[in-house]
Amino acid sequence: MIREKILSILEKNSRIDLKDVAILLGESEVDVANAVAELEKEKIICGYHTLINWDKTSEEKVTALIEVKVTPQRGLGFDSIAERLYKFEEVHAVYLMSGGFDFTVIIEGKTMKSVAQFVSEKLAPLDAVLSTSTHFVLKKYKDHGTVLDEETKDERMLVTP
Amino acid sequence: MRNPLSKTITQIEPSGIRKFFDIVAEMKDAISLGVGEPDFDTPWHIREEGIYALEKGRTFYTSNAGLMELRVEICNYLDRKLGLKYSPKEEIMVTVGGSEAIDVALRAMLDPGDEVIIPQPSYVSYLPCTKLAGGTPVIVELKAEDKFKLTEEALKAAITPKTKVLILPFPNNPTGAIMNYKELEKIAKIVIDNDIYVISDEIYSELTYNGIHASIAQIDGMKERTIVINGFSKAYAMTGWRLGYAAGPHIIMEQMIKIHQYAIMCAPTNSQFAAVDALKNGDEDVARMVEAYNQRRRYLIHTFNRIGMECFEPEGAFYVFPSIRRFGMTSDEFATRLLMEEKVAIVPGTAFGNCGEGFLRVSYAYSLDNLKIALGRIEAFVNRLDIKL
Repeated sequence: MIREKILSILEKNSRIDLKDVAILLGESEVDVANAVAELEKEKIICGYHTLINWDKTSEEKVTALIEVKVTPQRGLGFDSIAERLYKFEEVHAVYLMSGGFDFTVIIEGKTMKSVAQFVSEKLAPLDAVLSTSTHFVLKKYKDHGTVLDEETKDERMLVTP
Repeated sequence: MRNPLSKTITQIEPSGIRKFFDIVAEMKDAISLGVGEPDFDTPWHIREEGIYALEKGRTFYTSNAGLMELRVEICNYLDRKLGLKYSPKEEIMVTVGGSEAIDVALRAMLDPGDEVIIPQPSYVSYLPCTKLAGGTPVIVELKAEDKFKLTEEALKAAITPKTKVLILPFPNNPTGAIMNYKELEKIAKIVIDNDIYVISDEIYSELTYNGIHASIAQIDGMKERTIVINGFSKAYAMTGWRLGYAAGPHIIMEQMIKIHQYAIMCAPTNSQFAAVDALKNGDEDVARMVEAYNQRRRYLIHTFNRIGMECFEPEGAFYVFPSIRRFGMTSDEFATRLLMEEKVAIVPGTAFGNCGEGFLRVSYAYSLDNLKIALGRIEAFVNRLDIKL
């Protein structure tokens, strides 16, 4: 229970001081630090990343979602294909899907051309891959539960009973 | 020209909060810890239901007592949470916020000279509403050493043959105190022995942190002499929708609906449609908000105690009530100086009754970041005072 609570605090703010986490949860600092160390060791906490809205920078980046249909391999199922996909550095995420296709592969590249090149030269020619369908992201509104360009303003009256 | 005003109304003092609000409004860039409403937006699925009701053209009146669908959901809720069984047809009315329910309940029960026992510190409307209804308020002062709970002794001392109604404001605004089932049992016994009615204002019932809320209406013999008041403002962050309700014996509700019918007609219709969804699908939202409040509560208690502002543990609502007694100032002075010197607005305890003297009401309906900035300023202020002491 306390582990889940720590996780949901860190998921929203990975930079929070563990001292503060202890106060917020009414636990001792040592217990919280130990729990976090365990969670890291068990790979439940897989990293502490920063959510960046690259659109606001001068950096050119394109994101594409690629639907991939594959033939699963005897004895290995989808996992070995997934590994071949996620080993590419360009690949940002790989999910096994239910429904009309097998994998969602999210690619980040510098230009549309580089993404197209990756798909036609690296992804599509893989033996197991039957077909791909590439969708470019035009604009990100919300990512990781956070509305990217939202200004929050407290419009409540300053004092109310 | 003749004086156009009624003596009754001119003799009622404006709310202490109002005075403080006027000063705060003058201050630009003040940080406030002074609000009595959630910082969360109403959960989107509830807002969506309100929008849908508007789109569908549901812009008509509802029956005086409220949409039957909503009354049924309210009954389900009271049964699910408290095991209280009410008839949606005869024992429930939907009101314009819990505030209207308080007013209407008092007006339905009081004759001139009837006494109403009001524990303080408490919400600002009980006393003026009692006077407007022709009743006589009798104040019981709750004490920090009793954790701001109503004790048997204090209640007994306030009862006279004229006592008709006891107001029970728990979980309490401004102290955050609660009354558990055992403590309520003792109060119930006295209430029954003296044939008194109870208006139990449970608007903060969902916001309790060390166990679940108990209502005095759950105790044997109490349901028939209790008006339970609750609403959507605090639990579902729906203050602006203006929606509350009262549940109680038919004989009283019948008269309350009569007043409501002539003064209000019915509660806002699209709010009522949204509220149905809140009761059906809002449990997870409430749990999420309660967890956030609880974390901030722990943070404030910890910080106030660390900087030397003694703070008993509030177990409900979203307020802490730290003591400022050791600084040798009145609550008003402290709050005003804190506002002027550090630009932090906190409501003095006296806004909730004279016995709030020596305390401040600090709301934690703010983001943690906001609380941290404000507490940093309060610490700086307190440190300066300590050097002078």
